[in-house]
Amino acid sequence: MVLSGVRRDDGSGRRACAGVIPVALLLLASCLAAEAAGAPLTVQYLERRVERPVPLNNEDPIPDDEGAKGAELGLKDSNATGRFVGLSFGLEPKIVEPGADIRAAFRQIADPRFVVLNAPADDVLAIADLPEARGSVLLNIGAPDTRLRDADCRKNLLHVLPSRAMLADALVQFLAFKRWSRILLVSGPAPGDTLYAEALRRSAKKFGARIVAESTYDPKGGDVRDTALREFALPTRGPEHDVVAVADEAGEFGASLNYNTASPRPLVGTQGLSPAAWGRSVEAWAAVQLQGRFRKLAGRAMRPIDWAGWMAVHAVGEAAVKVRSTDPETVRAALTAPNFEVGGFKGRPLSFRTWDGQLRQPVFLLWPGAVTATAPIEGFLHHRTELDTLGLDEPESVCRAFTGRAG
Amino acid sequence: MNRFVPLAVALLAFATPARSEEIFVTNERDNTISVIDGESFEVLRTFPVGRRPRGVTFAKDGKSLYVCASDSDAVQVIDPETGQVRHDLPSGEDPEQFALAPDGRTLFIANEENATTTVVDAQTRKVLAQIDVGIEPEGMAVSPDGRLAVTTSETTNMVHWIDTKTLQAIDATPVGQRPRFAAFSADGTRLWASSEIGGTVSVIDVASRKVIETIDFAVKGIAADRIQPVGIQFSKDGRHAFVALGPSDRVAVVDTATFKVESYILVGRRVWQLALNAAGTRLFTTNGVSGDVTVIDAGTFKPIRTVKVGRFPWGAAARPMANAKAPDGRAAGATP
Repeated sequence: MVLSGVRRDDGSGRRACAGVIPVALLLLASCLAAEAAGAPLTVQYLERRVERPVPLNNEDPIPDDEGAKGAELGLKDSNATGRFVGLSFGLEPKIVEPGADIRAAFRQIADPRFVVLNAPADDVLAIADLPEARGSVLLNIGAPDTRLRDADCRKNLLHVLPSRAMLADALVQFLAFKRWSRILLVSGPAPGDTLYAEALRRSAKKFGARIVAESTYDPKGGDVRDTALREFALPTRGPEHDVVAVADEAGEFGASLNYNTASPRPLVGTQGLSPAAWGRSVEAWAAVQLQGRFRKLAGRAMRPIDWAGWMAVHAVGEAAVKVRSTDPETVRAALTAPNFEVGGFKGRPLSFRTWDGQLRQPVFLLWPGAVTATAPIEGFLHHRTELDTLGLDEPESVCRAFTGRAG
Repeated sequence: MNRFVPLAVALLAFATPARSEEIFVTNERDNTISVIDGESFEVLRTFPVGRRPRGVTFAKDGKSLYVCASDSDAVQVIDPETGQVRHDLPSGEDPEQFALAPDGRTLFIANEENATTTVVDAQTRKVLAQIDVGIEPEGMAVSPDGRLAVTTSETTNMVHWIDTKTLQAIDATPVGQRPRFAAFSADGTRLWASSEIGGTVSVIDVASRKVIETIDFAVKGIAADRIQPVGIQFSKDGRHAFVALGPSDRVAVVDTATFKVESYILVGRRVWQLALNAAGTRLFTTNGVSGDVTVIDAGTFKPIRTVKVGRFPWGAAARPMANAKAPDGRAAGATP
C-alpha cells in the first residue's frame, strides 16, 4: 500500500496540479518540475496493531486507522504546501499484526530515514536500537511512556505525542490553580495504569498537590455497569479530598466511576476531566479547520494519536519547506535544529526539546462536552517557555543521548 | 490643492447636516455589526447580519458595506444606513477576509476551508475566477496600483502572489508560521505580512518578492509565545505601522523606516484587527476575548476609550463619508 504525492493517480500532489480550474501556469510548471525531479521525500508509517478490550457503554471502538489517518492528512497538507516550492512527499504505511515481528517489518523498509512509529514502548525501543535505524529519524506518536524521554531515550527518537508526565503535569496544574489539591487516587491493574498513577504522584509533588489516599480497583474482566452504584463506594472512601483521580487507560471501569464516588467529588484523570493532546471539542486557534479537514478525510473525529500522526508528517514537511529540499540529511538537520518551530493548531509555536526529543506543546483538559482549560495554566512560569512546565524539564531528565549534554 | 479642502468641507457642512464618522465592527459570535460614532465613541446601532461575520469593508463611496459572513458562505452587501442586506455575492466556501481592488468593483476573497481565492465582480455579481492557493488562505490585499493581489495561507505559511490581469497565482514567498494578514505600503513597494505563531512581521520587497526584514516583538512580563501578530494598519503619513499582537493584549507601533518598535499600547484582550478613521487621528482595535473596541490616539499612541460591543469583535472598518477622503476599502479596514 503506497500513498504518494506524485506517483499514484489519486495522490494529492497530482490532484492539486490537475483538478482545479483555472490552474496557474507557474503552479503547473512547478508540479511538472517536481515530477521531473522525481524525488519525493518518503515518510514511512509503521504501526503495531494492538488487541483492545471491547468498549463499554456503547462507546465507539478505537478505530483501526487511528494514527494512520492523521499521517495521511499530514501528507496531504505537506503536498499542498510543497507544490508551491516544487517539493513533494510520499507516505508508505506498514501495519504489523499482534505477535508479528516488528523488527523484521522495519528491516523491509527500503528507505527508513523518516519513520512515524505508532507502537508500544517496547517496540519503539526495539526499533530504535536496530543498526538499520541508526540513521533514522523515528517519530513516536503512540507511546506516552515517560521513560522513553528519560532513562530510555534514544538519539534517533523524537516524541510527538505528549508523555504521561506532561499529561499529569497539565492536570495537576489545573488542580493547583483551582486549589483542588487533595487527591484520592484509584488505579487500575494494567501496567499503563501503574505508570499513569506514578506520573500523577510525581506531578502532585512538583506542583504542591497531595495524594491523600490511594486504592486500586480491578474489574477482573467483570462487568461493572450493573454494580457500579455500590461497588465504587469502597475504593473511593477516604480522608477529605477535593477530587478523585482515576488511572484506567483502557477504559475498563473509569467511566462508571464518574458520579459513583463515595463523596460528591469531580472525577479527573483517564476519565472525567482528562488531559490530552487533542480532542473533539478543541476548536480554538483555527483547530476547527484541522478538525474539518480530518473529518472530511476520515469520516470521524480526530483523536490524540491522529493529531500526533498529522503533526509528525507536518513537522517533516515544514522542515523540508524551510530548507527547500527533500534531501533527507538536510531535512533531518532542519527538523532537529534548536531553532526549528512548527505550528500545530495549539496557539503556540511547537518545537522539539533538545534534551530528550519531546515536542513541547500545550495539553488540553477535556471532558466530552468542552475544553475546560488549556495547560500550561496561567501562573506556571518557566524561564525558557511556559510549555516547559509540562513534562520532564532539562534538569529532571536523565537523558544524555542528545548532543550538547554532559553524560 | 490642499488649501481648498477646508472650503469644500465647509460647503458640504452647509449642504447636509453635520454627521460624524462611523466605525463598523463585526461581532463574530453574535452575528451582528456594531456601529460606533467616530466622535463620541458611543455605539449608535447594532444590526444583524449573516452567520459568523468576520472581514468587513466599504465600497469607495461608503454606500455599500461588504461583510464576509463565513458560516453563511456569502459576502453580504449591506446598506450601512439601515443594515438591510441588499443581496449576497457568491463568495466560495467560508470567506474570511477580502480586499476590494482600486477599481472599486473587483473583490478578492480568501476561502479558508477550501484553499482558494475567489475573485468576484461586485457589480455583475459574477465569479471571475477561483485561484488555487495554499491551505487556509486568510489575509488578502491588493496593491495600490491594482496589479497584484496577495493572499496569506495559514498552514502553508506563504504569501501567494496573484496577477490581477490574468487572475493566476504567479509566485509564493515563504514567511513565518501562520501568516494572518497582509498590507501593502501606500507606495506599493513593500508588503507587510504578520505571522501569528511565528510571532513576527515579514516585510517583503514587492519587486523581488523577497523578505527584506523580519520584525520581532518583546513585551516585558509577557511570554514570547503569547505575542501573536495579527492585524496591521499603517498610519496616514506612512511613518508608522500599528500591529495588533493578539493575546499579549498590545498593539505595537513600528517605525516603517527603521523597523524598530517604538511603543506597545495596552488594549483589550486578544486584539485582532485595526482600523483607522479617515483623518488618521484615531485607531480602533477589535478585542476578541474582552468583547470591546479600544480607541487609540494615533498621534500620541495613547488609548483614550474602551467601547463595549458584541461577542468576539473581529473586523473593523471606517465608513467613508461624502466629505472625507475615501480610504482604500480593504478588509478589516486597514489602509495600505
